Amino acid sequence: MGCSMGKSQVPPQKCNRVSISVPAATAIRAALLIQRWYRQYVARLEMRRRCTWNIFQSIEYAGQQDQIKLYNFFGFLMEHFTPGSSERNLISHIFRENEICRDAEWERYFCYKSIEVPDSYTGPHLTFPMTFCGVSKLVEAFKHKQQLHARYVLQILGETWRLLRMLPNINHVSVHHTQQITICGDLHGHLEDLLLIFYKNGLPSPEKPYVFNGDFVDRGKNSLEILLILFGFLLVYPNDVHLNRGNHEDHIVNLRYGFTKEVLVKYRVHGKKILKLLQKIFSWLPVATIIDHKVLIVHGGISKTTDLNTIAKVDRHKYVSALRPPKVTQPAADGSKPQAVNDEDGGQVECRRRVYSLTYPSSAKGQRNQPSRRSLHNVPFSSHQVNWSVEEELKRRRRQAGFDQSYGEIRTSDSDSDPDFGEATETDEHEWKQLVDLLWSDPMPQNGCVPNEVRGGGCYWGPDVTEEVLERHNLQLLIRSHECKQDGYEFCHDRRVLTIFSASNYYEVGSNRGAYIRMGADLVPHFNQYQASRTGRELTLTQSVGWTERSALRALREQLFVHKSDLISAFQEFDPNNTGMISLSYWASATETVLKLGLPWRVLRSQLVNSNKHGMVDYMRWIRELSITEPKLEISDTSILETMYKNHSNLETIFRIIDTDHSGLISYEEFHQTWKLLSTHLKMEISDEAIADLAQSIDFNKDGSIDINEFMEAFRLVDRPAHS
Amino acid sequence: MAESSHNDLSEIHKKIKAAFEVFDYQANNTVDVREIDTIIYSLGCFPTQADIHCFIGQVEEDHTGYIHLDRFLPAMSKVLLENKFPPISEDVLLQAFEVLDKENKGYLEPEELTKYMTQEGEPFSQEEMDEMLTAHTDPEKNCIFCKDFIDKLNLEPDK
Repeated sequence: MGCSMGKSQVPPQKCNRVSISVPAATAIRAALLIQRWYRQYVARLEMRRRCTWNIFQSIEYAGQQDQIKLYNFFGFLMEHFTPGSSERNLISHIFRENEICRDAEWERYFCYKSIEVPDSYTGPHLTFPMTFCGVSKLVEAFKHKQQLHARYVLQILGETWRLLRMLPNINHVSVHHTQQITICGDLHGHLEDLLLIFYKNGLPSPEKPYVFNGDFVDRGKNSLEILLILFGFLLVYPNDVHLNRGNHEDHIVNLRYGFTKEVLVKYRVHGKKILKLLQKIFSWLPVATIIDHKVLIVHGGISKTTDLNTIAKVDRHKYVSALRPPKVTQPAADGSKPQAVNDEDGGQVECRRRVYSLTYPSSAKGQRNQPSRRSLHNVPFSSHQVNWSVEEELKRRRRQAGFDQSYGEIRTSDSDSDPDFGEATETDEHEWKQLVDLLWSDPMPQNGCVPNEVRGGGCYWGPDVTEEVLERHNLQLLIRSHECKQDGYEFCHDRRVLTIFSASNYYEVGSNRGAYIRMGADLVPHFNQYQASRTGRELTLTQSVGWTERSALRALREQLFVHKSDLISAFQEFDPNNTGMISLSYWASATETVLKLGLPWRVLRSQLVNSNKHGMVDYMRWIRELSITEPKLEISDTSILETMYKNHSNLETIFRIIDTDHSGLISYEEFHQTWKLLSTHLKMEISDEAIADLAQSIDFNKDGSIDINEFMEAFRLVDRPAHS
Repeated sequence: MAESSHNDLSEIHKKIKAAFEVFDYQANNTVDVREIDTIIYSLGCFPTQADIHCFIGQVEEDHTGYIHLDRFLPAMSKVLLENKFPPISEDVLLQAFEVLDKENKGYLEPEELTKYMTQEGEPFSQEEMDEMLTAHTDPEKNCIFCKDFIDKLNLEPDK
């Protein structure tokens, strides 16, 4: 549909901008041409943006799976090694509380009173009980990047802990009085987003109630500040601020996703104590909020077996971490060893979308080898359909927390001694599943309810389950978070499920907007969207796509780099004559087989690889050019390097677990054990010499202990300065 | 692109499927009809909005709002094989800008461009117009340099 344009015959003349002296038809044709040309350009950007999004999501979910596998592995060790074996001892402390176990002792342990605030401290001073002025002061201070003194941190956390123990598992809220309520989703340490919400919507108050739907921490840099602000408002307005627990309110998840590290870096002396107290607080967070008996708000979602009556009655604080497997009391469903270590199950999920094919008979290749503790459909369902009123619930809670009438009096009780999971019963497993489902599940378009392979916990639930569960509980809408959405929110299941996500720029600057919900007495959700921006200026589509894309491609190249050896083997399979060249199609095929990210490689390949005019790729050269960094250390055995890169996150997580006193230092012996543990997990051989070599080279000051942070920094992948 | 002029049908099919797959969120070979224009454009075609509506009319599943690969693939293959919506050459683009730039300045003022883009042809929405202006107006001179504009957009890496 090309068109040729003749230049206008009218001689150029000074003319009023408003009137057109060009023949109208010509102008129209010109405009049409430019419009379609420009729209094509914008569409190409949109395509790139969508691909970039896919990259981030698939890498994120691959990372989560990794985490789950690691903990399944630990669970396996706990069960299969005798007490006293070195592997088990190394990690048993994350499953058992072998330290102080009673509330009174905890109170003493967390006491802030002995901590002095020096005169040199320039941050905010807090007084208790907390007041609105106090919290506002805190918000202002954090806006100005000040840090709250550890004494006040422990004080706020202590008060929060006491309050949370009084709250029921499910917050029941009404909007009749205030006529409106605000609901926020994942914040993930993005303080600027919380501040933006407060700026646009106002601070919490009795006239302006808020619900925060979990995942306050991890990934972003200000997780602790967000918690302190939210807890501050909770203390001041306990009836108007409601917090739901998210899957990241979990100390084991925090080990991997940055919160633990943030606290330890910001509070070198008291960080450990703060983390311990937070562990308790997280377990005491309510798991759901219901508005006017009609709108259910939970962080993840539901499953076919979700029963709010059961959930209302569990001792939620027993479930300190969703990743802490209750002891298996029955053998695995299929009789096999309950391990998912480094599974090579051929049907390993290609991408998170593909998992939906589980519901279709053709892909029954692999009842995925799930450890029985994750098996969702084995546990018999027993429910007492007792209706506990809110009053009874509160009374029970208070009794349990050891409270008398007066707020603040503590009695010794067993409420916080962590049960030895050796005595977990069937009921415990069922309860545990109910809670995990609430915090970890995702909706899917197809009917049914299947285990959530990608996350490793909870399930994927379909529209039929939504309908059934909402009906059963007489509800009309489910609001949840847990998944990042490009526009900050998204409906599904015939608008009966609403996802709300409040962390903008989650993957990268420009990747997505955040949003929050305003809801009136009519319970109809209204949305406000925003995007936090450093420069205060909205990025243009071009800029945001470019930026985000570069970041995604960098992350992807990192993945390619750490899988070098496997990629080379895969390429060589397509190159039996050893020509060093393979076709682009085979390149895409091999790459997907190795990385298993389910990405549209064909569309991405122009960004990742060059081919000659015959469409062939010189793969060895491509691999060489991928090379991203030179490690800062001299190590003779370079194969250990690749293992390091590949298992970067797992290694860091294991280190942090072993570093029981959170000192940031581990001994040579612990270092050695870590590597041994990793090699068992990966089913590969790592020689003692290689480990010793590594240990020696990174003990920079030769004092016999290794600084974890320095060690990890040395191996962080960095972009090589641009070549080509 | 060289590939589409090689009458290699299977290559064309692969290209189309690859682009389609990016928007097939449910992994069931369907995409939302509102994403179709992006897919068509990304395959190197330059249809007008009218062309797109016509195309959608041929392939949409009875107003379900979804388009299935089974219908998209043959229709799109035909489009590519027949080169129905070919790219616009640089000279033609330049001429189009010159038509609008009556005074032959070599650039357009934002108001001029806005008037044409939002009132003539297949008008831009306010959002589209804002995006174009924000991204491509020279910040110092506050105008859009036609030749530079053309060069910049045509240079962006494709597919």
